[in-house]
Amino acid sequence: MTTTSSVITLNVNGEKHTLPVDHRTTLLDALRERLDLTGTKKGCDQGQCGACTVLIDGRRVVSCLQLAMAAEDREITTVEGLAEDDRLHPVQQAFLDLDGYQCGYCTPGQICSAVGVLAEHAEGWPSAVTGDVRPEAGAPALTAEEIRERMSGNLCRCGAYVAIVDAVARAAQAPDQASAVSAQDEGSIR
Amino acid sequence: MKEFQYQRAGDVRGAVALLSADPEARFLGGGTNLVDLMKTGVERPARLIDIRRLPLDRIEPTGDGGLRLGATVTNSDLAAHPEVRRRYPALAQAVLAGASGQLRNMATVGGNLLQRTRCAYFADLSKPCNKRVPGSGCPAITGEHHNHAILGASAHCVATHPSDMGVALTAFDAIVEYETAEGPGELPLADFYLPVGDSPHRETALPPGALITGVVLPPVAVAAHSRYRKVRERASYAFAIGSIAAALDVRDGIVHDVRLAFGAVASRPWRARAAERLLAGGPADADAFAAAADAELAAARPLADNAYKVTLIRNLVVSELATLAQEGTR
Amino acid sequence: MTVTAGREVTASVGTAKVRLEGREKVTGAARYAGEVPFPDLAHGWLVLSTVARGRIRSVRTADVLKMPGVLEVFHHGNALPIDAGFVIPLLGTPPDSLVALFQDDRVPCAGWPVALVVAETSEQAREAAEALVVHYETEPHDIRLSGERPDAVPLDSQVSGPGVTQKGDLDAELAASSFVVDAEYTTPQEHHNPMEPHAAVARWHDGILEVVDANQGSGYIAQLLAQLFSLDPGVVRVRAEHVGGGFGGKGQISVHQVAAVMAATVLRRPVRVVLTRRQMFSLTGYRSATVQRVRLGADAGGRLRALSHRAVAMTSTTYDFAEPTTAVARVMYDADAHHTSNEIVRLDVPTPSFMRSPGETPGAFALECALDELAEKSGIDPIELRVRNEPERGPVSGLPFSSRNVVACFREGARRFGWNDRDPRPGIRRDGRWLIGTGTAAATHLVMSVPSTAAVTAEADGTFTVRIGAADIGTGARTTLAMIAADALEVVPDRVRIRIGDSSLPPAVIALGSTGTRSWGWAIKIAVDELRDMLTPGVIIPPEGITARSDTTAAVVGLMQSAPKERHTYGAHFAEAAVDTTTGEVRVRRMLGVFAAGPIVNPLTARSQLIGGMIWGISMALHEQAIVDQSTGCLVGADFANYHIAAHADVPSVEATWVDEAPDPDDPVGFKGIGELGNVGPAAAIANAVWHATGVRHRNLPILPSRVLSSRGDAV
Repeated sequence: MTTTSSVITLNVNGEKHTLPVDHRTTLLDALRERLDLTGTKKGCDQGQCGACTVLIDGRRVVSCLQLAMAAEDREITTVEGLAEDDRLHPVQQAFLDLDGYQCGYCTPGQICSAVGVLAEHAEGWPSAVTGDVRPEAGAPALTAEEIRERMSGNLCRCGAYVAIVDAVARAAQAPDQASAVSAQDEGSIR
Repeated sequence: MKEFQYQRAGDVRGAVALLSADPEARFLGGGTNLVDLMKTGVERPARLIDIRRLPLDRIEPTGDGGLRLGATVTNSDLAAHPEVRRRYPALAQAVLAGASGQLRNMATVGGNLLQRTRCAYFADLSKPCNKRVPGSGCPAITGEHHNHAILGASAHCVATHPSDMGVALTAFDAIVEYETAEGPGELPLADFYLPVGDSPHRETALPPGALITGVVLPPVAVAAHSRYRKVRERASYAFAIGSIAAALDVRDGIVHDVRLAFGAVASRPWRARAAERLLAGGPADADAFAAAADAELAAARPLADNAYKVTLIRNLVVSELATLAQEGTR
Repeated sequence: MTVTAGREVTASVGTAKVRLEGREKVTGAARYAGEVPFPDLAHGWLVLSTVARGRIRSVRTADVLKMPGVLEVFHHGNALPIDAGFVIPLLGTPPDSLVALFQDDRVPCAGWPVALVVAETSEQAREAAEALVVHYETEPHDIRLSGERPDAVPLDSQVSGPGVTQKGDLDAELAASSFVVDAEYTTPQEHHNPMEPHAAVARWHDGILEVVDANQGSGYIAQLLAQLFSLDPGVVRVRAEHVGGGFGGKGQISVHQVAAVMAATVLRRPVRVVLTRRQMFSLTGYRSATVQRVRLGADAGGRLRALSHRAVAMTSTTYDFAEPTTAVARVMYDADAHHTSNEIVRLDVPTPSFMRSPGETPGAFALECALDELAEKSGIDPIELRVRNEPERGPVSGLPFSSRNVVACFREGARRFGWNDRDPRPGIRRDGRWLIGTGTAAATHLVMSVPSTAAVTAEADGTFTVRIGAADIGTGARTTLAMIAADALEVVPDRVRIRIGDSSLPPAVIALGSTGTRSWGWAIKIAVDELRDMLTPGVIIPPEGITARSDTTAAVVGLMQSAPKERHTYGAHFAEAAVDTTTGEVRVRRMLGVFAAGPIVNPLTARSQLIGGMIWGISMALHEQAIVDQSTGCLVGADFANYHIAAHADVPSVEATWVDEAPDPDDPVGFKGIGELGNVGPAAAIANAVWHATGVRHRNLPILPSRVLSSRGDAV
């Protein structure tokens, strides 16, 4: 390869893909343009909308500001990697049942973000609306207010927010949610 | 975006060596600001040196009872860390008030301090900007500036520093540690950002080629009793129009120790030393808080459309100190 | 086999049904325009003007053409000819000359397309587009909108109606009024910002121009592309299977389609053009800023003697777009003297366009706030004031209303919201640092039907296929139409297959003006009626099926002639706002919308759409505004970091519901439209709640912390 491109291996949804990339290529463009994984959306390409949210090593990130080069050897999970065969992830199922979307364009990002939120909450992370962040105060309950704050990095122009928050709350109650999240993120959250 | 070379640094010394070898190289941390600026063309590095996998991602106690935050610790890890939340709650709150969950999972401590202003003229290559092109002019002064500086600005630049984290770090006397080809060094955060003056393009006192390796939080007892409050134009996922980190220790109605810093009002996180001086040893009541705010804000030079920030900061000082005082007496 | 349209179910209309494409959307399988793969795809990147007025002196293509991967640079010196001199029947005007892409050297506004760089990869195209040097001859620009501009002129338009309506002696009635409100309201420039950026891929294949596009009506776009490029309409095929939001911003043809077609035609390979978020701000229309003066005069009982609503909006120098700002005043309230005018000022700005309830949204903000001010002055409850001013007939048209259940909406909403216990005094409720208030406002939207065609096929396997050139831009139309068809066929919706989003399907109105469900549903119902006549007992269905076709042109015209009426939907908004006057922060705590909009087809998606409209109201009231740099005429911060739309944390509990409406016996369709109704009035309800909380009237949107602090910078 040239000095401005390299061959890298991306580990996406459990599959390894080896491909040459222009160093300028973001993870978002690599997924969409090179791996034909178009579920991850480009809404602003500037880290200002969250449509391109994916999970890297179990944590949600915006793939538009993530260079593909820098994601090498990391475990990348996109919306295409959440369902197990025909069984939707509890978050996906809740979005479907509660109409947590309209046009659907921000939806994969909302869903990946919600999966990340549930994992972060399970880790006991506080948020900007947590009244007392001191560890002695304990982990905050995942109230609607907490969900709204934690999901605020995902804009939805259709205004599906109300149903999305309901869907995240429902998914948090799903019997297999705890195991789904911990399996996903095992060993990746320090 | 210009084509660039990409190298992953194996260790700190190697990273510094790579940077010094190429004047057009930049360090890549979380990339949340740099990659965006590369897309808009503000930054056009010929080489990126990825420092994200350097072993600087730990939060460790220092010998004297403080904390050392590694430069590549993510915002998320910082805000989730029990010792940060216990001993410097305003810092955890400040970090949590910034950006979004996704961006906090990417962004790092070092990058946060070095992030550039979000002044829209700075980001628009078709417009003049003294910070981007020295001597080209500042259209914000007569143009759109409702979220620009009221303190410490100059006739050359009125941009603000967008950090929330930095406001809390400033309040707690943090020290920036760095590495250069000549060896390690450190800078108090208070001296880290240069005055705007006639050179707004020169932003920090970091020596050329330096890599931030960490930030040291000294032991600050009053920090355990601190708050961060951020006001913005929507409830979340927006930059501040005014913010405050405050810590207060009141004993027998008298201010024993106090820390105050403001965000979104200046080219750097603004430590309110005049206010602190006025408060120390005095009564902890609303009049004193207001007088202290007024003393600090006497230096404010608002523009046509941002005088509201003077009121906002004054009110934040009064309300946050009052809340802390009340909590302290419970 | 033999099939009859069944008797197996009674009705799916009115029952909640999950979107047909829902699974594709939650798994990421749904592909939007920029995501359909094509072999040998090239990437186009637009270059936009950085000056607000002038001429292009030179486009320095030589250096850029040498850059890696660059295939061509299109500009006014080498563009394919485009004919934009035809009249679009829907608008009654020629298209905006924006789509006469690269046809001359004139720059009428900032952000005007001046070149398209095409390269092998998007990274190469972007870098080359950034490197392209364009020199301009700059001319002074004029972009300042105000209510005092002497060049503001009323504009009659096919879409917005007459520029001016007036009856009665305004001055005399105002003078004779017991209570008078005379206030100026402003709304800022607002942008659609659908989450999916506009994108199109064009290619020539077997003599057919194929375009995969993000639009609100593929047939309409295909027709316009054929005319612009002087092609036989039969050779242009446009598809838009999934569209990531439109809100009017994907309703008109824009630069991305034209650029992709031009490049694909010249380069003889597929070319994709995707707009950046920043480019969308100047290329895809927006809602004009407005300056509105509302004068109300009422007698001692609150009955309106005078109503004057004058609205000034801006348009470009390239197209006369009239924001129908006073549409609400022409329907909602009558007065002895009733004057309205929609005026425009032609400025060096991009052309505004239809944005979710165009006109009604900014107009309702001003009018419904003015009503609240009148309620305050007269001491009459805001709902009661509206009840007292219910007109018998259309205030301007004199026509009867087909339905008018706005009072029922207010009554039901008042009950649910707890309005009846409300203390009308402002500034007296406190919850910690927050002052609390509640507000209300009316909603209304025009009900229209536009001629459409459909084909319904009884398939040999017992299923049915509906083909119609409709679009689902997130509205749920695909699902709604399946339900309507299923009910007409008297089968379960699972037996109905829906084909939409393709110009090769029977032509139908674009998704605009809340006309879709009604217009498309009507065409489907007529086709089904036809099909049922063809499916006589014992009829054998051949392998290709039996197809019935419909065209509602005669029916639509017939309804307008035989039963001319004021046909509208209505609603009542309620909002509770919390204001911290020490920081200027405003939060909406809860919202309720009660609507009267005919039979609701799919309550699940209808609720989503109405709530979405109400959230637009939060966004409009508190967040949205584009900022223009007066000295350069350019937008400042054309992105989501500066142009704020409501985020999750801004949106509290929002509930939308509806009242039953008796059907209009003269109306063969029944269905109305709800896409825009939710967005008419909520900003006024919020502004009225902010007044009730603080005692301060905010007549300029958005109600930013800076405005709250400046109006009441009280220290604590």
